[in-house]
Amino acid sequence: MTTNTNSQSQSLQDEDLLKQGKIPVIFKVLSFAVLMVFVFTGIANLLPQVEGQAPKDIKVDLGALTMETYIAMGETLFSGKGTCTLCHNNLGRAPDILALNMEETAVERLSVEDYKGDAKNSEQYFLESMVDPSKYVVPGYGKAGEPSPMPTIDKAPIGLTQIEMGAIIAFLQAKDGGEPTVDLPTDAPAVEETVATTEPPKPAANAEEVLLKNGCTACHAVLDSPSTIGPNLKDIGARSSREEIRESIINPAAVIAEGFPPIMPANFADKMMVKELEMVVDFLVASEDSTQTDAPKETEMKGE
Amino acid sequence: MLPNNSLVTAHFVSSIEEQSPSQSGVILHRSMQFMLALIIILSALMLVPDYAWSSDSAVATEAVAEELTDNKPAPVMGPRDYRQIGSMSSRSFVWVIAQLHLFLAAFVLAVPLFVTVIEWIGVKTGDQRYDDMAHEFMKVSMTAYSLTALFGGTLAFSLFLLYPTFMGYMMEVFGNQVMVYALLFFLESGVLYVYYYSWYALRYGNKKYVHLTLGVLLNGVGTTLLFVANAWATFMMAPSGVDDAGVVTGGIWDIMRGPLWNPVNLHRFVANIAFGGAIVGAYAGYKMLSARTMEQRAHYDWMGYTSNFIAVLAFLPLPFAGYWLMAEIYAYSQQMGITAMGGILAWLFIVQAVLIGTILLAANYYLWNGMSRCEGSGRYTWLIKFIAVTLVVSFLIWVTPHTLILSAQEIATLGGSHHPLLGPFGIMPAKNIAVNLMLIGTFLSFQLYRRSDKVITVPWANFGNALMVAIYLVAIANVIFLGVYYGYFTNTVYKVGSSVAQVISTLIVIVSGVVIDTMMFKGAKTLPVKWGQISNRGVYALFALPIAFTWLMALMGYVRSSVRTHWHVYTVMKDNSVDNFIPNIGHAGNMMTVATISFLALVLFIFWVASLGDTKQAKPVSVPAQNPAQ
Repeated sequence: MTTNTNSQSQSLQDEDLLKQGKIPVIFKVLSFAVLMVFVFTGIANLLPQVEGQAPKDIKVDLGALTMETYIAMGETLFSGKGTCTLCHNNLGRAPDILALNMEETAVERLSVEDYKGDAKNSEQYFLESMVDPSKYVVPGYGKAGEPSPMPTIDKAPIGLTQIEMGAIIAFLQAKDGGEPTVDLPTDAPAVEETVATTEPPKPAANAEEVLLKNGCTACHAVLDSPSTIGPNLKDIGARSSREEIRESIINPAAVIAEGFPPIMPANFADKMMVKELEMVVDFLVASEDSTQTDAPKETEMKGE
Repeated sequence: MLPNNSLVTAHFVSSIEEQSPSQSGVILHRSMQFMLALIIILSALMLVPDYAWSSDSAVATEAVAEELTDNKPAPVMGPRDYRQIGSMSSRSFVWVIAQLHLFLAAFVLAVPLFVTVIEWIGVKTGDQRYDDMAHEFMKVSMTAYSLTALFGGTLAFSLFLLYPTFMGYMMEVFGNQVMVYALLFFLESGVLYVYYYSWYALRYGNKKYVHLTLGVLLNGVGTTLLFVANAWATFMMAPSGVDDAGVVTGGIWDIMRGPLWNPVNLHRFVANIAFGGAIVGAYAGYKMLSARTMEQRAHYDWMGYTSNFIAVLAFLPLPFAGYWLMAEIYAYSQQMGITAMGGILAWLFIVQAVLIGTILLAANYYLWNGMSRCEGSGRYTWLIKFIAVTLVVSFLIWVTPHTLILSAQEIATLGGSHHPLLGPFGIMPAKNIAVNLMLIGTFLSFQLYRRSDKVITVPWANFGNALMVAIYLVAIANVIFLGVYYGYFTNTVYKVGSSVAQVISTLIVIVSGVVIDTMMFKGAKTLPVKWGQISNRGVYALFALPIAFTWLMALMGYVRSSVRTHWHVYTVMKDNSVDNFIPNIGHAGNMMTVATISFLALVLFIFWVASLGDTKQAKPVSVPAQNPAQ
């Protein structure tokens, strides 16, 4: 800028302005552009790196469920799938539930004149505030005369189940030392897991774990298994494409390998998480063991 | 758009009537008939019930109507519904292709908008240079148009290949509306080619108005295309015309006019103009640096200045359009709004601050350098250092983050979750002060630039200047006081309210500055402007603008798309693909860089092709043929 300021009274020399220099203009411009872009990229990479994972459904073995695990499940849901902490935090967007004694707060709200809901106790109040949040909007939040900004928890995009909402109620009642009044669930629409857990199921750490978890080694020669019930998978990567391998896991009946019975289960697409499926496919694509001389022909993998 | 078109039409009517009543009447009548017919056709295409499209007989209509009553819910996606090309991530592939298509589309839709206005200014002022410049802008845009179509086709094929079930559902929802899009594209192509290639055939007299009408028509079709395509994106964000399960319950109009459609329409329309202006500004800058004569340099300097003016002018109202969009997002789903502004995506707004700060700094730097074109600028250059310091300090405050993710040890070292000195700069009141001061500083640079080539002669010049200075001082004091007092010493409720008063202070400076200057410039003595007399260093600001704009567009597109979280169509159709998570900002930044650098390469190709048309091979010197017999 100083140079410009000093040169206000005299025009820049035409010859200087038209000088092209040794480096072609296009390279100068391109270098400038790439440098700028990399600065922006660098800043993006310097910031905290957090991924927003999709919530996972919690599958519960009701037979093994205790009130402690049910409360713990509620706590997990509160900050996880329920996304409650997105607004209910100390930033003033919604009442800070974790800081408030919710049992006392519920009793207090049920007694105010403005309360027009149907709940008679804290358990009913908590449930009502989740499934019909506009029944009572806490003063200072939302706009007068308009529906509550709180989403309906049992509908999309959150979509908590009855059991999950019960868990959150148990957590809210218990977090300040209270006794949960909510009953432990006794029946569920679908109980698929045999292990009680308060954590959402996590994908397997690697392809080997997926193969073992799904019992692939029972029929296939893969990892340390020498099984010959199904086709050998140790060199499958050399014989089949990525698409063919994926297809044979998702839809094993599409092509049945010659010489093998059509007994492979067809539900792996539902049992495996998407990430697990891709890990297995990657692993099998890379399996090109050349020492396997009795490898079946290319089409043999199909379906088994 | 509307005011410009209205002005064009008004001028079109008045000028023709003055010149040749009978002839102009025929031209006007035919043009208006054509325009009216087109509007009716477009309206009919948009409003007609969805099922009517595929029916050319009563039987077909009944069959389709029956099918409508049996609409299916959105499919639940499983691994079978996704495909990959080799080991390449489908999302990454579609991301880059879609971004390139959007960059190019934004450019080709924007250029005709300001080209038509510039062409009209050329007619109004009688200055041939405007017409030449408008034509040159169109020349650059023509190559980009073909590339837009190529990337659009590739994007469509990619989506159908990699996300067949999702696209199947989208086709079921939008039905024949997509064919309207195709039809509009044909129309856009036809009008574009006629508009560009008839430039010299319809250059003077009444024919020029026919050409201008074609320009208006071109922009009408282009803008409609944009709005139609926006409906697909906004349906995915905030679906309407379907029930909770995704079953279509309304007509195509119900589906299109979701809560976010118009905010996105406005935001993209304005942003496209800023983006298009910045790109042609880079073209002018490149040609200027490559110029071999001072005439060429002067021409492209003027062209670059005009482009920069368009870009910055369109850029200034963008925050307001953005504010409306975010307000509608919050109104539609507070959860979605918080995800964008206060949740996992909040950090992106620090990068946004860097990019917008870069744009404002580059725009100011270009204006300061441009003042060297005029000797009268010496009266104002002493102010530049103060503006520069204000901009830099404000920029640093704007990029100061509020909440840091820290380890226990880092918190102990820092002495708390926030830095004792820098912490207060991280919150919104500080940023509101910073942004408003940056806007006021930018307007001051612009005002000084405009005054550089003028000697004000009105008798109340001193009073006018004193009034202007007073407005600046009061506005700056007000912005700082409101931010500090209501931001740090009172209730949160007042904090939000005070930001509105801050913006009003800034707007008062801008509006009163324009009004006072306009009045003071009456009868002013004009000093000569030496176009081309700007340092080469200053011209690089013309490249900084489009680069920052391009990256910013990619960033904002990523935010807009990511607020859907793990849904293809929010609340209706879950994304169960391997990529159903929001990638971290580093990965997103890398993707944006891939898209931006690819786009820059395409832009260079476009510039090169545009220049190629002007290159003529010298005729070879004829060598007398030798007689073989000799």
